[in-house]
Amino acid sequence: MKHYLDLKNFLCPMPVIKVQNKINEINIGDTIEAICTDPGTLHDIPTWCRINSHIIININQEPGYIEFLIQKN
Amino acid sequence: MQNTTQKTQPKKAVALISGGLDSMLAAKLMIEQGIHVEGINFFTGFCVEGHTHAIRKKDKSKPKRNNSLWVAEQLGIKLHIIDIVEEYKDVVINPKHGYGAHLNPCLDCKIFMLKKAFEWIKANNFDFIITGEVIGQRPKSQRKACMPIVAEQSGATNLLLRPLCAQNLEPTLPEIEGWVDREQLLNLTGRSRKPQFELAEKYNISDYAQPAGGCCFLTDKAYSNKLSDLWKNRNSKNYELDDIMLLKIGRHIRPKNNFKLIIAREEGENNFLSGYKKSFINLELENTTGPLALIDGKIESDEDLELACKILGRFAKATENGFIDIKVNFKLDNETSKSKIIQITPFEPEQVLESWYLK
Repeated sequence: MKHYLDLKNFLCPMPVIKVQNKINEINIGDTIEAICTDPGTLHDIPTWCRINSHIIININQEPGYIEFLIQKN
Repeated sequence: MQNTTQKTQPKKAVALISGGLDSMLAAKLMIEQGIHVEGINFFTGFCVEGHTHAIRKKDKSKPKRNNSLWVAEQLGIKLHIIDIVEEYKDVVINPKHGYGAHLNPCLDCKIFMLKKAFEWIKANNFDFIITGEVIGQRPKSQRKACMPIVAEQSGATNLLLRPLCAQNLEPTLPEIEGWVDREQLLNLTGRSRKPQFELAEKYNISDYAQPAGGCCFLTDKAYSNKLSDLWKNRNSKNYELDDIMLLKIGRHIRPKNNFKLIIAREEGENNFLSGYKKSFINLELENTTGPLALIDGKIESDEDLELACKILGRFAKATENGFIDIKVNFKLDNETSKSKIIQITPFEPEQVLESWYLK
């Protein structure tokens, strides 16, 4: 199942906290598509995923926003 | 058989990870002793952590990273980031032990965070808490006299271990029970950072955050002045997360008690403030270039609006005929807004009074 998080205009660490809290609610194998505008998320969300063993499937950088696809491991 | 299994399981500690060197070293000392360490980081809304670096283009050379996450990865430990914004308001608004030099309630903050950490270890079956505190490192919350107050009032009592200065304090339960070897803990005191730098070198830690004013905006004079102004002019000692985020961004200019302007200083801030256009009356330049402005407060008359526009005009690029058209966007509700164009002659720099700047 795919879940969506609109994290535009949230500054780090709020995007990480929102992803972390959502991951705690969903099932293993589910994915989250998170849309962020804080460039700090390019570092922080992948780092959080690495230390917690979740998978970044894709990062798509568009003008003005960044789209992450994350899978709960 | 069950007892044997229990003996082989490492004791578990949660480390308060700020993203700075001291908490990193404290966690490292515990990992070296075979303790299973996980990190915890509390988000209060006032954390300095990279926000303005991320927003402001001029700071783009600085690493746009959350240092607590970075530290956790370097240590190879999990990190739990906990949003305490709502609960933390009472600490900022009503600190029982008072403020420091500015609006920093350091002692209450420390007690509150350790109370939350204590609740966390109970909920997650961890054995004790560690911090990177050093006696005398900070003038308010890290005085030796404060150490037992923090331990008692947080409820953590003898489950709170400070590995960097433990030998100068009474033994805690992890030391008494032999979960950790007190002889391998340290006896640091004072404001010198030299022993920490030497320890970092020993562990091959060369990259770490060194925030000059600590990790909290409340220790910053200009930030505290802006928060005081917000409380005074709202007649209420309260705030929302957006309020305290916006205090970190732009020029804050209050020409009258009933409103202030938040004016972007550069493109990155302009982009960030654009995200708040639906929540505030905002001013956009129509026939020239320059910053976006948000109006926080109440516009009570056409004169107020003209004053706001003239102030914004001071920061815009001059036009050939000297007039600047400003589009004023009013929020009607969450979905709709209305706009009108106002033509003004911008203020000269000296007409924007020094006393109006919040700093």
